[in-house]
Amino acid sequence: MIRFSHVSKRYPGGFEALSDVSFHLAAGEMAFLTGHSGAGKSTLLKLIALIERPSGGQVLVNGQNLNKLGRWRIPYHRRNIGVIFQDHRLLFDRTVYDNVALPLIIAGHGAQEVGRRVRAALDKVGLLGKEKQYPITLSGGEQQRVGIARAVVNKPPLLLADEPTGNLDPELSREIMRIFEDFNRVGVSVLIASHDHNLIRSMGHRVIALEHGRLAETAGGLTHG
Amino acid sequence: MAETRRGDGGWLHNYLLRHAQTFFYSLGQLSRSPMSTLMTTAVIAIALAMPTGLHVLLKNLQGVLSGWDSAAQISLFLERDTRETAALGLAERLRQHPAIIGVEYISAEQAMAEFRRLSGFGDALDALEENPLPPVLVVQPALGEQDPAALQALVDELRAEATVDLAQLDMEWVERLYALVEIGKRGVMILATLLAIAVMLVVGNTIRLMILNRRDEIVIIKLIGGTDAFIRRPFLYTGFWYGILGGLLAFMMVESSLLVLSGPVNSLAGLYNSSFRLGGMDLATTGTLLGGGLLLGLLGSWLAVGRHLRAIEPS
Ligand SMILES: Nc1ncnc2c1ncn2[C@@H]1O[C@H](COP(=O)(O)OP(=O)(O)O)[C@@H](O)[C@H]1O
Ligand SMILES: [Mg+2]
Repeated sequence: MIRFSHVSKRYPGGFEALSDVSFHLAAGEMAFLTGHSGAGKSTLLKLIALIERPSGGQVLVNGQNLNKLGRWRIPYHRRNIGVIFQDHRLLFDRTVYDNVALPLIIAGHGAQEVGRRVRAALDKVGLLGKEKQYPITLSGGEQQRVGIARAVVNKPPLLLADEPTGNLDPELSREIMRIFEDFNRVGVSVLIASHDHNLIRSMGHRVIALEHGRLAETAGGLTHG
Repeated sequence: MAETRRGDGGWLHNYLLRHAQTFFYSLGQLSRSPMSTLMTTAVIAIALAMPTGLHVLLKNLQGVLSGWDSAAQISLFLERDTRETAALGLAERLRQHPAIIGVEYISAEQAMAEFRRLSGFGDALDALEENPLPPVLVVQPALGEQDPAALQALVDELRAEATVDLAQLDMEWVERLYALVEIGKRGVMILATLLAIAVMLVVGNTIRLMILNRRDEIVIIKLIGGTDAFIRRPFLYTGFWYGILGGLLAFMMVESSLLVLSGPVNSLAGLYNSSFRLGGMDLATTGTLLGGGLLLGLLGSWLAVGRHLRAIEPS
């Protein structure tokens, strides 16, 4: 699903956030991306979603070489990836329903289809009763679940999450991770950046560790697919 | 794919529906801040109304002038020694001419008195030993003789009269007014061009502020796969609404200004025994105003969107 080959990323200003990173995430696999703050986790995820471009090497997503993807095809690439952000990135002037519906509306689905899929996604994250509320009236954990519902409503084959539990207490964090496992169980590939070592260890998935922009070790764990 | 389309009525239907939704959504957004929408619309409307109003007034003036074409006169300056009876005889004969509807006789003495009165050279003229002015016949051509060639032929015919020294067509002042109207039209064109640019800048700047205000939203939409076209659409529709609302308001401004002017103008026309009535905006002018406003609104927002949306990228 994701293949990095000797990928490096140098930001304007000269700082090299990633150096010679190579790894493969199989289709249907779930893995954690770990490392200290500044290790390059967010940068790696941004390269997958084409928020940043690599300075060297190749990134393949679903067989597609991202270096060969033109600017105008980026939106269509992103529709195949559900991204979950630590700061949720919700639209606060729209209801929960409208937030979750946005990817479907962007993709041009009809009203009936949108309604059916939005309710299914909200049901999966346990927020079916809150669709008419505004995000500001929800707790942090609930907002994060709105973000997850929005990421999966399009049924993308790949989910990326950047520190999705960063601001949540352990109990809520575990709940969020269980939601990701549910999606993984039905075949979605999942890559989660996190530095919550206790949580990661207790879940027992593959770990990709970054250290100062380099791959440190790839610990084995339960892999799917 | 087949599954996603079930019960949706097809891709085209969804596409049009989406456009219609954005169309009304952008209008709804405008109505959420009525004060600032109204002010922007008013600025656009004033900029559109000024050249439109001047255009309508010039058209009216042109109408008045074309009515005065027929008022062209021919002055026949007679030989100075022509006696009054001969002059009156000629006047009587000319009145029978089919191309002439009226002849007025002005004797040398009358001409002198009028010149004395109008010029203010009273004392200096007293010094003259004899009246230097000739008697004059003022000839009114028939309405049918309006075209310049026919008028010129009439002038040539009158010049051939034995007692006529000089025949002169007095149309110059009408021609001068025409020239002034032409200059006025050019002026309106220049003004309209400048104000059209102003309308585009006003719409463009308003859209630019909207884009900056909704920066976070644009970033999020880009992150979840929104195309440039999708992001552009509501801003373009907003420009469209500003243009069409500005045009409608401008129409009302011009029409009500003409209504205010029509009372005094009509009573002035009455004083001159004229049946002239101040005309309103015709269909072509109204169409140009509304279409132009719409186009300028779209163009202004299109320019702003092109310049500012590309700069907003997720990071
Ligand atoms: N846009 C940027 N410009 C310059 N440096 C950046 C930028 N984004 C990240 N960095 C730097 O790259 C390094 C890795 O950042 P990041 O990928 O966010 O790490 P992590 O997510 O693991 O904390 C950090 O040192 C950070 O300061
Ligand atoms: Mg990070």
